[in-house]
Amino acid sequence: MAANNFRHALFCSIITLIISYPIIGFNLEAQGINVTLTGADASTVVMVLLAAVIVFLFQLFRDQIMGTLRSLPHPLPQSSKEPMAENRRAKIESWVLTGIVVLALFWPFFVSRGAVDLATLVLIYIMLALGLNVVVGLAGLLDLGYVAFYAVGAYTFALLSQYLGISFWLALPIGALLAALFGLVLGFPVLRLRGDYLAIVTLGFGEIIRILLNNWTTLTGGPNGIGGIPDPTLFGMEFGRRVKEEGNTSFHETFGIAYSGEHKVIFLYLIALVLAVFTALVIRRFMRMPVGRAWEALREDEIAARSLGLSRTAVKLSAFTIGAFFAGFAGTVFASKQGFISPESFVFLESAIILAIVVLGGMGSQIGVVLAAIAVTILPELAREFSEYRMLIFGAAMVLMMVWRPQGLMPMRRIHIELKRQE
Amino acid sequence: MLEVQNLSMRFGGLLAVDEVSLDVQEHEIVSIIGPNGAGKTTVFNCMSGFYKPTGGKILFEGREVQGKPDYKISRLGMVRTFQHVRLFSQMTVVENLLVAQHRHLNTNLISGLIKTPSYRTKEQKSLDRAAYWLDRVGLLDLANREAGNLAYGQQRRLEIARCMVTEPKLLMLDEPAAGLNPAETKELNQLIISLKEDYNVSVVLIEHDMSLVMDISDRINVINQGRPLASGTPEEIRQNDDVIKAYLGEA
Repeated sequence: MAANNFRHALFCSIITLIISYPIIGFNLEAQGINVTLTGADASTVVMVLLAAVIVFLFQLFRDQIMGTLRSLPHPLPQSSKEPMAENRRAKIESWVLTGIVVLALFWPFFVSRGAVDLATLVLIYIMLALGLNVVVGLAGLLDLGYVAFYAVGAYTFALLSQYLGISFWLALPIGALLAALFGLVLGFPVLRLRGDYLAIVTLGFGEIIRILLNNWTTLTGGPNGIGGIPDPTLFGMEFGRRVKEEGNTSFHETFGIAYSGEHKVIFLYLIALVLAVFTALVIRRFMRMPVGRAWEALREDEIAARSLGLSRTAVKLSAFTIGAFFAGFAGTVFASKQGFISPESFVFLESAIILAIVVLGGMGSQIGVVLAAIAVTILPELAREFSEYRMLIFGAAMVLMMVWRPQGLMPMRRIHIELKRQE
Repeated sequence: MLEVQNLSMRFGGLLAVDEVSLDVQEHEIVSIIGPNGAGKTTVFNCMSGFYKPTGGKILFEGREVQGKPDYKISRLGMVRTFQHVRLFSQMTVVENLLVAQHRHLNTNLISGLIKTPSYRTKEQKSLDRAAYWLDRVGLLDLANREAGNLAYGQQRRLEIARCMVTEPKLLMLDEPAAGLNPAETKELNQLIISLKEDYNVSVVLIEHDMSLVMDISDRINVINQGRPLASGTPEEIRQNDDVIKAYLGEA
């Protein structure tokens, strides 16, 4: 046992050396047209060696260390307590949620512009994650190209406004429906596939959309993106200092208040909030409807579901389409918030982050997904100083989560349908 | 009502089912028996659309159904259970029955979102039907439990109830007594007979348990190594020399 541990520890520390020394230790330096390789200075070498020693010690005494960690009190003391009655919990939950939404309505009037802006981004991610949650969490289809539908929504608005001058409010349903249509069209051929194969194909689809946007320069402007996307208006009132479009009035003049750039930010935030709440409520409702049950049934046992007359394609397609629909929503809001979009906003990393939110939050759990969306969006902002190590921290957090709470922050608690006693 | 004509199923070089024919009349319990690996479940899988048979015809109420997708066959009224219970184990017992009624429910998304009256009535009806069948198989007290937490015998009965809420005309049971104790087998016996008598459902049954087969079957088909060996009433089968040699003797 001890010898085995020792060998393992030695192996790990050597691997650490092999990996970290070339990455950190070597430097390529350009001198004129020549590139020279320079070795590390002494302090870096010491650091690498120190890291190897730490890895060695940790692996050698891993059992003891993990044992002590496990004997620490559980971070959530309530988790061992008896859960409260289902209907009481639901009641408290709905009150708390309503309270939070009401607070969120008034919150932007008291904080800085940057915070509101960030909160809008959080809300967009919440929408995306709730939509993906339908596909991955409820229907159990691993979709790695979800960002494609987000891009479809954003570009729909951008192109429609650029070429046809269509406003945000009209573009919102069009963008969502077009994204849903893309979901439907993509879903048809790929939903026969399962698991890994489905993941790969959706990944490919996401890339195709991005590359298409990048290369179809005559329509989309390619890597230059599309700018000048209009802000949403409130019943024909614009939030800019000067009215851009004939027939519109401006918000601050109508109400006789001084112009402030904050109005627009807050208004966008409120739109995003309303849409996010709408998304959450609609999906929550879906979960209790026959279609939601069909998603879960198909996820749990596809063969049994088919034997009961559920069409696999129809059920999966509905999940895919509905997920895409909400991504289109989020995309339209995103385009409006940024005012400028380019294919760079829709890289695979975005898909990965949204998927990470769903997995971190707990697949199928709406509250968990919302919490995870907040955490994943805000933490990198707080950790700006470590921006170079953002992905490292992100990865470490994922690993820790998987060890500590494999089912996610708030594992899904199914909304059961109760059979009432008929006396 | 069901007629299987010269059904063959070939997997590469293996001929798993070879020219099997059988028929089921209305109001009848027909069994398929045979030693392990005889191809009984393969016959079932062909009938329920999980496999596309490589030869032969399957007529259900005069319509050819061979090669149709499984969910369509199930919607015609041929519903099956599985050798190893396949429940939606994380869903509650009553939800299992609701899923089964999916196609009877109003699946229109909009009407469900705004809860139209017709949606509500249908939802209530399906709950009532679920409650009725739970009562029928004696699981009403466990309606709100997770299906995966039920005892094995209860899971078996739930699976049958789940088929029955789809209002099938023909019920296909794949070894329904597997893993049941004698008392449970007896209950199951009565349940199957009552399905035939009270609900006018025909039953096709695959079974190892000879006592179950002999007691309740109207007719029995014996398959051996993918080939039909004999068919007839339980009495005839009991006295058939081939069957005794191939099956009873071996078992």
